[in-house]
Amino acid sequence: MTNQEIQNIVGSWSENLEFTEEASQFLNVTLPKEELYSICKKLKETPELDFDYLFCLTGMDWGKELGVIYHLESIDKKYNIVVKVKTEDRENPVLDSVCDIWRTAEFHEMEVFDFFGIKFNNHPNLKRLFLPAEWDGFPLRKDYVDEANMVIK
Amino acid sequence: MEQLTKDRFKTEEYFINMGPQHPAAHGVLRLILTIDGEIIKDVDTDLGYIHRSIEKMCERDSYQQIVHLTDRMDYLSSHINNEAVCLVVENGLQIEVTDRVKVIRTIISELTRLASHQLWWGVNGMDLGALTTYFYAFRDREKINDIFEETCGARLTMNYNIPGGLMFDIHPNFVNRTKEFITHFKTKLPEYDRLLTGNVIFEKRTMGIGVLSREAAISYGASGPVARASGFASDVRKRHPYSAYDRVNFEEAIRTEGDNYARYKVRIQEMWESMKIIEQLIDNIPEGEHQTKTNAVIKLPKGEFYQRVETARGELGVYINSTGTKNPYRLKFRSPGLSNLSLLKHISVGAKIGDLVANMASIDLVIPDIDR
Repeated sequence: MTNQEIQNIVGSWSENLEFTEEASQFLNVTLPKEELYSICKKLKETPELDFDYLFCLTGMDWGKELGVIYHLESIDKKYNIVVKVKTEDRENPVLDSVCDIWRTAEFHEMEVFDFFGIKFNNHPNLKRLFLPAEWDGFPLRKDYVDEANMVIK
Repeated sequence: MEQLTKDRFKTEEYFINMGPQHPAAHGVLRLILTIDGEIIKDVDTDLGYIHRSIEKMCERDSYQQIVHLTDRMDYLSSHINNEAVCLVVENGLQIEVTDRVKVIRTIISELTRLASHQLWWGVNGMDLGALTTYFYAFRDREKINDIFEETCGARLTMNYNIPGGLMFDIHPNFVNRTKEFITHFKTKLPEYDRLLTGNVIFEKRTMGIGVLSREAAISYGASGPVARASGFASDVRKRHPYSAYDRVNFEEAIRTEGDNYARYKVRIQEMWESMKIIEQLIDNIPEGEHQTKTNAVIKLPKGEFYQRVETARGELGVYINSTGTKNPYRLKFRSPGLSNLSLLKHISVGAKIGDLVANMASIDLVIPDIDR
């Protein structure tokens, strides 16, 4: 199946999806955060797509928005798709957890919470993964400042 | 009377800390175990004791500097980590490296994998109480480290790759010493089998312990020998060939049992396959330049780049989001260790504490790779 055919299938599920292949080796789709969980579930459960392997989950700060990038692969069919979701709320960013779809998301969402402060609904054990619980701020955000510990060039 | 006995011998769950300085954890990993007697009820992991914020440092550094940081993630696969960053930068700049570079990178990657699996074999035996394995493994691993030292000056954190090729050409002795090592190790690897593989105690400690199904392996994002022992053909060298892997014949080691013994056998077979790959390449290293010139200041074009490589522990992914400047806007390492660690709870609940140690040994954790 070509990327165009994957786009046709996924695009028929909702009108609010934005596809782009520019400047990336994968097919990218940006979802509104309200539809994140339902679209992800369909990506996994639609037999002709079968995206069963979440091989990378990246937290992201685009400057204005925060968000998460999901790199997905279908093991048997070897298709790839990249799902992006953004939220403009920097004070209290909340997204839905996908860890009951791909269980690997549990640890990776904890990592995103740790470094970007994005909370995940329905996550079984949301806490800081690496930093101590009393750490102030979210270090991978672009507006994070720590004059004592950061070497800035 | 019966009630009295019940009251007197009633058990209750309690917490116990394993680590962060536990000899069986191979690094500073803290597990918080909920146990009932010796049965594990829950495993909670506490990470970050060796977290160095490599991803944040990458946003500050140039692309040449980033390569050096990756050594310190999975230090047993340092060459392969370097290669991942170099490949993604070369891919972004649309540089084609010479055939010579591709072949040398592949040979050294496989030597790295051999050295890593040797160390794993040694400590895997040690975790299960067989101390001799450690000395056998280190005797042979030393020879690989000597080859590395002669070619690039370092034994562990090698920094041999740079974007565009290799730091310098191979040492004149490299080909001969590698061949000598292969001849030597072919007689020693069967000794590994004689010492441990058929050992009754070892089999009882590993067979049927820590069983992971194929579905769970995929869902937990497992990769490397952990995934392949559960029947999940995850090998990046086969699925998305890079460097010279598309021109060599080797078999992907796959088993379906999913237990500790299967993970053990997969790694033993991978050592044979690695030697097979090296043998196919070592006599035919193409002539050519060992570097393709790049600009002193590397600026990746605007866009997103992703590269996957197969380290000794599984799939390492490098995601770079570039805005066209000399630093990445965001760089993410998808480390194989973190995903593999996340399934430790799944395979350990209901087992005994001794089996947890065996499970950790068979997953082959390297903590700096997890913490980054």
